[in-house]
Amino acid sequence: MNRHAYLLPWIAAVVVVLLLPYVFSSGAAITMMSLMGFAIIFALSFNMLLGQTGMLSFGHAVYYGLGGFMTAHALNVIAAGKWPIPLPVLPLVGGLTGLSFAILFGWVSTKRAGTAFSMISLGIGELVAACSLILRGFFGGEGGISTSRTATLRLFGISFGPQIQVYYLIAAWCLLCMAAMYAFTRTPLGRMCNAVRDNPERAEFVGYSTQMVRFIAFCVAGFFAGVAGGLAAIHYEIVTSSVVGAVPSGYVLLMAYIGGVAFFIGPIIGAVLMTLLQISLSDYTGAWQLYVGVMFVLVVMYAPWGLGGLVLMHAPLLSAGTFRRVLPAYALVALPSAMLFAGGVLLVETSHHLLVKATEGPAMRLFGVGYEANSPMVWVAIVVLLVVGGVLLKRLSPKVSEAFHAARQDALSKRIAA
Amino acid sequence: MSNPQGASALQLIDVHKNFGVTPIIRGLNLDVKQGERHAIIGPNGAGKSTTFHLVSGRFPVSSGQVLLKGQSINGLPPYLINRRGMSRSFQVTNIFPRLSVFENIRCGVLWSLGYKYSFWHLIERSRDARERSEAILEQINLTTRRDVPAGVLSYAEQRALEIGITIAGGADVIMLDEPTAGMSRSETEHAVGLIRKVSEGKTLVIVEHDMSVVFDLADRISVLVYGQVIATDTPQRIRGNAAVQEAYLGVPATESDHA
Repeated sequence: MNRHAYLLPWIAAVVVVLLLPYVFSSGAAITMMSLMGFAIIFALSFNMLLGQTGMLSFGHAVYYGLGGFMTAHALNVIAAGKWPIPLPVLPLVGGLTGLSFAILFGWVSTKRAGTAFSMISLGIGELVAACSLILRGFFGGEGGISTSRTATLRLFGISFGPQIQVYYLIAAWCLLCMAAMYAFTRTPLGRMCNAVRDNPERAEFVGYSTQMVRFIAFCVAGFFAGVAGGLAAIHYEIVTSSVVGAVPSGYVLLMAYIGGVAFFIGPIIGAVLMTLLQISLSDYTGAWQLYVGVMFVLVVMYAPWGLGGLVLMHAPLLSAGTFRRVLPAYALVALPSAMLFAGGVLLVETSHHLLVKATEGPAMRLFGVGYEANSPMVWVAIVVLLVVGGVLLKRLSPKVSEAFHAARQDALSKRIAA
Repeated sequence: MSNPQGASALQLIDVHKNFGVTPIIRGLNLDVKQGERHAIIGPNGAGKSTTFHLVSGRFPVSSGQVLLKGQSINGLPPYLINRRGMSRSFQVTNIFPRLSVFENIRCGVLWSLGYKYSFWHLIERSRDARERSEAILEQINLTTRRDVPAGVLSYAEQRALEIGITIAGGADVIMLDEPTAGMSRSETEHAVGLIRKVSEGKTLVIVEHDMSVVFDLADRISVLVYGQVIATDTPQRIRGNAAVQEAYLGVPATESDHA
């Protein structure tokens, strides 16, 4: 192995980010990839707290949102005063805002760990959300703060008007922040964050103040959340008070958890997937949030290491060549899983049609098939799919875990033999 | 290596500790000299572990003085006491279960090497931290288990790791709370050898129930009964001390003489 081998994934990431707009070149795709860019930064910054340091924050959007507001104000001030400041440095305004408020609020909230920390973060989130409705000058009331990204100093004739230019700006910041946050995990403090997560008491007895470790991690996380908020402000050219509220704070938790908080790559997977679902699923169904919620519950119950964990647990199997031995078992559960999935979707969509779109009459389409939502046959089909799929899956799932454990055992013994 | 006239590493002067209205430590006096191996023995509930918690800053004292190398450490949090050169182990294994064995040790060396809360050093490039951690791993015989998550080690290995984390920072006052509890005979012998090795040239305070370990290791022994030290002396004299036999063994001295 080359000693620079650790650079390979990063080079690959740069190449992918550069080429993506050529593969997915539609306007909608480029917008979606821009959203993914700052969602990744936001989710990774959240995971510096939850996954790395063991702090569950219910108010992380405070730093994202305030970073966004300050960036929008800065853009307006720069445009009004014709200051010679180019747009690409403006996310730094968001970052420094996030950092400042993290210092202020973190000083209070990191005095406690565990549940007390979570409750304080929730309280601060509510406090800032309440302020956003009262302080109309700063938060802009109902209408929010509008801005224009094109009124700043132009470098090399780049106006940042076209979305593709904004994509590359967001992509560059995203790569930079990803690298910086990864590097953070490889520093003495980053390692002590893990130690504090695992066993805060022992960390105190090897010379570290757990409060100080939590505080610094909180400030760094606040900085990156602010950068993400700043990029969001540049992308949307408007910031409204809803960005500091409980909804985005919960959303970032979903992104990190669904992707997997135990791995650096987990929140990246979560951010990409959730953005994809939010944009594309909402085109197909009004009940998309229900699917996201069900997915979250399923991940918490059956895949506590997240989707990233599900992928990574197959890595030793792949490298030892025992992966194909689990495939028959996976094929076996594919049919009942598909039945459950189809039954679930049919149930949700049919109910959604009957309850929400009652005025449109019972005729509806799903997967390109037209049917009557109030026909008894549909409901028989739903029950059959759910019951038969559920029973089969329950019967067959022990076989899957058996096959997986056997394959993993083989992979481990091969590695020991090697 | 007993030097009763030498400088004190650790002094407790009339220390009291109450939990609510219940007095647990009732006027405890203890003087551990620099460089000695000092054992604390006593029946269950005598306050041995509580004494450790008071000295290491886990609990504050209700009254009295605790001096580390002549300086008061009353009211200091554990991390400040640790930085003054005192390190302790725990009776119930207290490690970082999801970190590798190597990383557990490295967490113990970082502060003493001056890394503090650095996020501007890359840990893989910190040669001093790696070399020091590897030396400790070698000492506690866990080199072959270097990259295993600490949570999956065997019980005896976790106890060795517990000692490794305790000594990793190079503290000169080391306190071990029942390091051989729950170990088999051969594991205990191995642990005693390890403790002797790692406490070389340092001050050791050890709480232990296994009398063969105590008499094997200790230069001096203090006997703790109901929150007070009733005797401090060399192992030979403690063995023959009538008050100790009565309090600790629960039998009058004359009877045990005949036994």
